[in-house]
Amino acid sequence: MKKRTVSYLLAILALATLASAQVALPTNDPIPQSHLITADDFAKELQTATKKPLILNIGPRSLFSQAHIPGSEYMGAGSSDAAKQKLKDRVKPLPKNSEIVLYCGCCPWGHCPNVHPAYQVLHSLGYTNVKVIYITSDFGTDWVSKGYLVARGE
Amino acid sequence: MSSKRVLIYGIVALCLIGLYFASRRTAQAPKLAASANAAPNFTLTDIDGKKLSLSDYKGKVILLDFWATWCTPCRAEIPQFVEMQQKLGPQGFQIIGISMDDDAGPVKKFYQEFKMNYPVAVGDDKLAQSFGGVLGLPVNFVIDRDGRIVKKFLGATEVSVIEKEVTGQLAGH
Repeated sequence: MKKRTVSYLLAILALATLASAQVALPTNDPIPQSHLITADDFAKELQTATKKPLILNIGPRSLFSQAHIPGSEYMGAGSSDAAKQKLKDRVKPLPKNSEIVLYCGCCPWGHCPNVHPAYQVLHSLGYTNVKVIYITSDFGTDWVSKGYLVARGE
Repeated sequence: MSSKRVLIYGIVALCLIGLYFASRRTAQAPKLAASANAAPNFTLTDIDGKKLSLSDYKGKVILLDFWATWCTPCRAEIPQFVEMQQKLGPQGFQIIGISMDDDAGPVKKFYQEFKMNYPVAVGDDKLAQSFGGVLGLPVNFVIDRDGRIVKKFLGATEVSVIEKEVTGQLAGH
C-alpha cells in the first residue's frame, strides 16, 4: 500500500513537471482565449494541415527579414496605420470565415504593441476565424530556437 | 523493490525531466559567457549624420543595445542607460544604441525627447544577423576592452544586472 502511494505521488509529480513545461494561454487577455494559439500548437498544426491558413506577420520589418514562418505575408507593424490599412486590403476579398493567423513576436506578449490592434482590425471587420499566435517571449525564443521551420528575407 | 528505492529512482527521474526542459527553454540562451567571441565590426551613420564604427571604441567597455522605439521594455531601459553613460563614461564605458525601427524618424524624436547621451544608429537585418540574430527586443551585448562579446542579455533585464556586468568588466574581471 505504502509502495503504491509513493508510486502514485511520483506519477503526479512527473505529470505536474511535464505540464509546467507547456505554455498556458492567458485567461484575461482582450483577445479571447478561443482566438489564441500557442507557438507549439501552431507549429504542430502546420505540419499536419492539408490546407494552410493565411498567415500574416504584423511585426517590424527587420525581424521579419531575419526569420519568419514560411508562407507568411508581411503586413507591417500592426500598431501603425499603414499596416492596418494593408491588413484591411489584404483580407477584403476573403470570406468572413476565412482562417487567418496573425503573429508578431517582437517582444513578450504583454509588451507587444502590434497583436492587439491588428486583431481588432479583423474582429471589427467581422472575421470570425482569426487566431493570434501567443508568443510569450519573442519569435526567436518561442519559434526559431525550438527548431520550427523558418524562412528568411522579404 | 523497497519504497525508499522507488522514491530515489523517482527523484532522479524528475531531476532528469527537469533538466531536459530547462535545457530546452534555454536553447537560445547565450553561449557567449563561456567563450568570449570577437564582436563583429560595423560602420553605420548615426542619427546625427556622423560615422559610427564599433572599432572606434576599442579599449572601452561597450554596451551595445539593440532596441526600438515601439518596444516597451527597451524604452524603460533608456533613461537608466543615460544615467549609466553619465556615471561610468569617465571610466572608459560607452553605450551604443542600434535601433531596429523601420526608419529613423521616430528614433530622432525619441533621441531628443529622452536626451540620449550616446550614439544611436538605425540597424538592419544584416547587422542583426552578424550578432547572431535579433529576433526579439531588447538584446544587449557587453563587449570588453579587447572587443570581445562577454555577455548577452536577451529580453527585458534589470539594468542593475547589466550594470553589474559592466562594472565587473571596467574593474578588469
